[in-house]
Amino acid sequence: MRRFLRPGHDPVRERLKRDLFQFNKTVEHGFPHQPSALGYSPFLHLMAIGTRSGAIKLYGAPGVEFMGLHEENNTVMQIHFIPDQCQLVTLLDDNSLHLWSLKQHSGASELREEHRFTLKGPPGSPPSATQITAVLPHSSREVLYLGTESGSIFVVELPSFRVLEDRTITSEAVLQRVPEDYCNRRSCELVEALREHPKNPDQILIGYSRGLIVLWDLQNNKVTHHFLGSQQLENLYWQRDGSKFISCHYDGSYTQWPVSSDNRQPEPLENLVPYGPFPCKAISKIYWQTTKNGLPYIIFQGGMPRASYGDRHSISVVHGSQQTAFDFTSRVIDFFIIFSSDPTADFDDPSAMVVLAEEELVVIDLKTAGWPAVHPPYLASLHCSAITCSHHVSNIPLKLWERIISAGSKQNIHYSNMPWPIDGGTNIAPDPPQRDLLLTGHEDGTVRFWDASGVCLHLLYKLSTVRVFLTDADPNDNMNTLGEDEWPPLRKVGTFDPYSDDPRLGIQKIYLCKYSGYLAVAGTAGQVLVMELNDEDAEHVVDHAEADLLQDQEGYRWKGHEKLKTRDGPVRFEAGFQPFVLVQCQPPAVVTSLALHSEWKLVAFGTSHGFGLFDHQQKRLVFVKCTLHPSDQLALEGPLSRVKSLKKSLRQSFRRIRRSRVSSRKRRGGSGNASEVQEANAKFDQDALQEMELAPVQRKIEARSAEDSFTGFVRTLYFADTFLRDSSRHCPSLWAGTNGGTVYAFCLRVPPAERRMDEPVRAEQAKEIQLMHRAPVVGILVLDGRSTPLPEPLEVAHDLSKSPDMQGSHQLLVASEEQFKVFTLPKVSSKLKLKLTALEGCRVRKVTVANFGSCKTDDYSENDLAVLTNLGDIQIISLPFLKLQIRYPCIRKEDVSGIASCVFTKYGQGFYLISPSEFERFSLSTKWLVEPRCIVDVPEVTSNNHIHNKSGMENAARKS
Amino acid sequence: EFRRFSLERSKPGKFEEFYGLLQHVHKIPNVDVLVGYTDIHGDLLPINNDDNYHKAVSTANPLLRIFIQRKEDADYSAFGTDTMTRKKNVLSNVLRPDNHKKKPHIVISMPQDFRPVSSIIDVDILPETHRRVRLYKYGTDKPLGFYIRDGSSVRVTPHGLEKVPGIFISRLVPGGLAQSTGLLAVNDEVLEVNGIEVSGKSLDQVTDMMIANSRNLIITVRPANQRNNVVRNSRTSGSSGQSTESSLPSSTPNILANFLQGEEESDEEDIIIEDSGEPQQIPKAAPTSESLESLTQIELLHESTQNGFLPSTEMNLNHSAGSVSMEYEVQDPDHKSLEEDGTIITL
Repeated sequence: MRRFLRPGHDPVRERLKRDLFQFNKTVEHGFPHQPSALGYSPFLHLMAIGTRSGAIKLYGAPGVEFMGLHEENNTVMQIHFIPDQCQLVTLLDDNSLHLWSLKQHSGASELREEHRFTLKGPPGSPPSATQITAVLPHSSREVLYLGTESGSIFVVELPSFRVLEDRTITSEAVLQRVPEDYCNRRSCELVEALREHPKNPDQILIGYSRGLIVLWDLQNNKVTHHFLGSQQLENLYWQRDGSKFISCHYDGSYTQWPVSSDNRQPEPLENLVPYGPFPCKAISKIYWQTTKNGLPYIIFQGGMPRASYGDRHSISVVHGSQQTAFDFTSRVIDFFIIFSSDPTADFDDPSAMVVLAEEELVVIDLKTAGWPAVHPPYLASLHCSAITCSHHVSNIPLKLWERIISAGSKQNIHYSNMPWPIDGGTNIAPDPPQRDLLLTGHEDGTVRFWDASGVCLHLLYKLSTVRVFLTDADPNDNMNTLGEDEWPPLRKVGTFDPYSDDPRLGIQKIYLCKYSGYLAVAGTAGQVLVMELNDEDAEHVVDHAEADLLQDQEGYRWKGHEKLKTRDGPVRFEAGFQPFVLVQCQPPAVVTSLALHSEWKLVAFGTSHGFGLFDHQQKRLVFVKCTLHPSDQLALEGPLSRVKSLKKSLRQSFRRIRRSRVSSRKRRGGSGNASEVQEANAKFDQDALQEMELAPVQRKIEARSAEDSFTGFVRTLYFADTFLRDSSRHCPSLWAGTNGGTVYAFCLRVPPAERRMDEPVRAEQAKEIQLMHRAPVVGILVLDGRSTPLPEPLEVAHDLSKSPDMQGSHQLLVASEEQFKVFTLPKVSSKLKLKLTALEGCRVRKVTVANFGSCKTDDYSENDLAVLTNLGDIQIISLPFLKLQIRYPCIRKEDVSGIASCVFTKYGQGFYLISPSEFERFSLSTKWLVEPRCIVDVPEVTSNNHIHNKSGMENAARKS
Repeated sequence: EFRRFSLERSKPGKFEEFYGLLQHVHKIPNVDVLVGYTDIHGDLLPINNDDNYHKAVSTANPLLRIFIQRKEDADYSAFGTDTMTRKKNVLSNVLRPDNHKKKPHIVISMPQDFRPVSSIIDVDILPETHRRVRLYKYGTDKPLGFYIRDGSSVRVTPHGLEKVPGIFISRLVPGGLAQSTGLLAVNDEVLEVNGIEVSGKSLDQVTDMMIANSRNLIITVRPANQRNNVVRNSRTSGSSGQSTESSLPSSTPNILANFLQGEEESDEEDIIIEDSGEPQQIPKAAPTSESLESLTQIELLHESTQNGFLPSTEMNLNHSAGSVSMEYEVQDPDHKSLEEDGTIITL
């Protein structure tokens, strides 16, 4: 380390480094972890989601997104947009209010926190006096009404958050004219809902938790109507014309109330328990939407019969005789209806329902018959089934891209064709530089193909490997088999399904060749599937081969899981990637490494027992190599003994994320105060120190030996056409690196294309290198005569890469967890090394070659190693001289699952999981940067409405 | 003078007989000589009793290289770990004038008869309260055998006394290398690992650093027991109070870094097995001192004869000033398999 930090570097190189490298966390993909609040602005067509960690995210048209973070990191309880403005107010669970605004800054809009405020009561008053339960931003845009637990309603001025004390609505004032027999001390406890009259901004409806609802006149500061509800109130909703409103209640009922000038104490028009007569759960929110044809839409959340369906998370839509109770996969946080926002329109004419559930966003098209779901362009639930691995492929050829999209579109026919209804803002980011695919493997045996080119991570196609195997669950077993006359009319919606039928189906490794469309997928039970892209449905038999990785080793017993049973006979596959051969490793241990060479038609796979090579053209196993050390009992017996500890550590790390992942969030827009940060760090150190004193942890210092466990674990596989035997002839080769620091090299003889089916592929072990430091080998790479990494298979054939230099001598780069070493080829002699662990105490977790282009000159680019360490740092190391270029802190070192999930792209970008459902995207390159850049323009305000409000407000101000 | 002859591996006999044989072969019956051999790591080790003689014979692979020196002009410092490779590191010798050379040797016993397992180094450049210990894991079968933990220590800073986190030795495994040296003790604070300061590093980082350096581990500690410190001539023991020392910056990182650079080249040699053949150490791509390197190589002889004996010894007379060098080989009927297993296990 010290060597490289010495003064006196090359200033030219330093300048070049600035043109090449730059670290940015650019965007969070996926679904926010633990959402807690939802807001929508019909004016801006923007949706806001708040989370339990204090984040707030705004979404509009695809590509339009903003993110903010409350410094408090408290749960966001409510989000309210200020009418007709680019502003919103959030309420946190510490009772603080925050005003955020979207302001344009250097050509793009930014979300900034403007003010914060905590309501303070008179000295000596209980905290409940100022505990905010309901927020109403008035259409005048100048005041907020804040309902509290004590029943008082405070008025604060915007944007200053100055309390207008003389305008506070106290419960005494409200109760003045309520009938004696109804009135008691507690009827005005806790304001449940505040709603402004849709036509008359001087009137607001106040609903108290006990059931009392009053219409308050702001001009005269008095109650004009009392509505004496008998049930505990949950929520209120005005009808569009203001002649009626609807209240929903804890007992699962809703009530319609008329509002007319003559009757000061109206009786309910209608009182209904939709899923009665047995006791029902609360209806927590209700919409009453008018339509041109007269039949209203009544949409309400909850209300299910307590005993039989009390556990469902439902929202019911009633329209005339049509009624559906949408049954969500997780708790409903909140929902809203998108309807005509034109104030002059006579009817609501709802078009879509947007539901934020705890684990996914579901949008229902209310205009199309059958109310189909709309496929969201963002906020994808990455964790529908837990992510087990990821694989990124840059620069997909257009042909393959189109074929994948067409395969995916056949899977999406049940979605609505409606354009995405939340379409606020304008995406002004340049078009993504190239087509990128992110493939995620899941616990349920599926692989999802995401469009990762731009800001919106969008599902293109979903591949399931389950069909090949016989599992306990019958694929035809549909949970949604309710008949026509079932009551309640439940319909399951959403894709979140974290329950795996069989953990052995889990996907562990993925390798896609973008030129040939070959895909290799390997799983938990030693299964390796090779697939080919087919544009049509097909029915065929999947060939089956076994690879006994223990070979002649005797006397060992595998105590782990069994291999998956396969289906006999032909299997029907839908258009897309269709498996044609299955290689089953024996013992069926987790596949730990995978490589595919589409030009030679070979697939290599490794487990904790050894590795093998399979010729998928001839469907023949070429060879297997056992890498086990005879004393490694643990690897032989299977994962049983390890399962517990692994599970535990995973759970712990997830808990750790949950506890402190907020601290990892970047603070965009907020200017981090340096001294504050220091203070916080000092405090952290203090805490850490105390923790240490409480529980001394000790670590054993021992040299690694050949007898350590899992030395045979194959960590990496690599195909290369290089000089393995002598410097005059190059040949195909397969390289494997193990956990024990051994590198094996096999010389391959692949018959020429015309005899490819006639002659067998042959392999012969040519070299075995034992690294003395015995650290796990995590990467192997061959550099050509120009010190450029060898191109991918078929890359040269497709004219996308220069053919490698076969004149100069090749070099071998071996990356272990502890150091990088360059050796000469074909005679292996060590040339260079860079020690990481011995000098810095960090270990390599991920390493890849990335191409960095200069932001200044178009024609300059270079290849470097991008390295992620166990401390969460990213380092860039030059090739071929192994000089550390730059280092950036990226992931917190405690975030073990984040570090494990990291995947680099070929052009210096990367992704890692910040929660089970979200990828953080980062960029190391100055040239390739995908980040949201958008503008939210304030639409023309309908002038008369605006003036009306304004004057009304002025009147009110003058009077008070 | 260069001689080559064979011995029966299974019955090497006693050292006395061997010594006699050597005197006989070289025709020097009444000259006292020191006998040494190069072991598999390229170190020059002595043969002066039955035990190390048997050990030497058993390591023959199949050739055993023996060095004989007249006792009166013997250079004792020639023996020990790295003796054969050290000569390469001219740089380190220049930078570390205290190292082995040029000092008159006061022979108390024969320390050269043993392989070093540990040493205290850099006494002259470290504060008296610190101790830099080198553990030679290389070539011994003993486990390093110690544990480290987090803790807190008190430092003197410009702002007064400050409590800072530190790394401490928490346990020594009985019979381990660390314990057997007696140079490390429980509660010693670890300050540096192979020249890198540990302050600001986590327990896991320090653990990884130590393991990565385990073949040649140099730990700088502040011993919990400060009574056994080396006292320098210029100072009286009274001046080395604890309070003044703890704030001293760790001294001369440059010297150490250079020393480490020189040293690290020899500390690990990867092994290559070509075409499922013989394991070999991987050479440096650009060897700087070809001639010396040849000394460190393990000589392997493949064309073995069936009966285990070479019919005759080749003689290679090559008289030089004072020393006589000799090669001879021990034939073993099944040396082939032994080699393969042996090298993988021990290297």
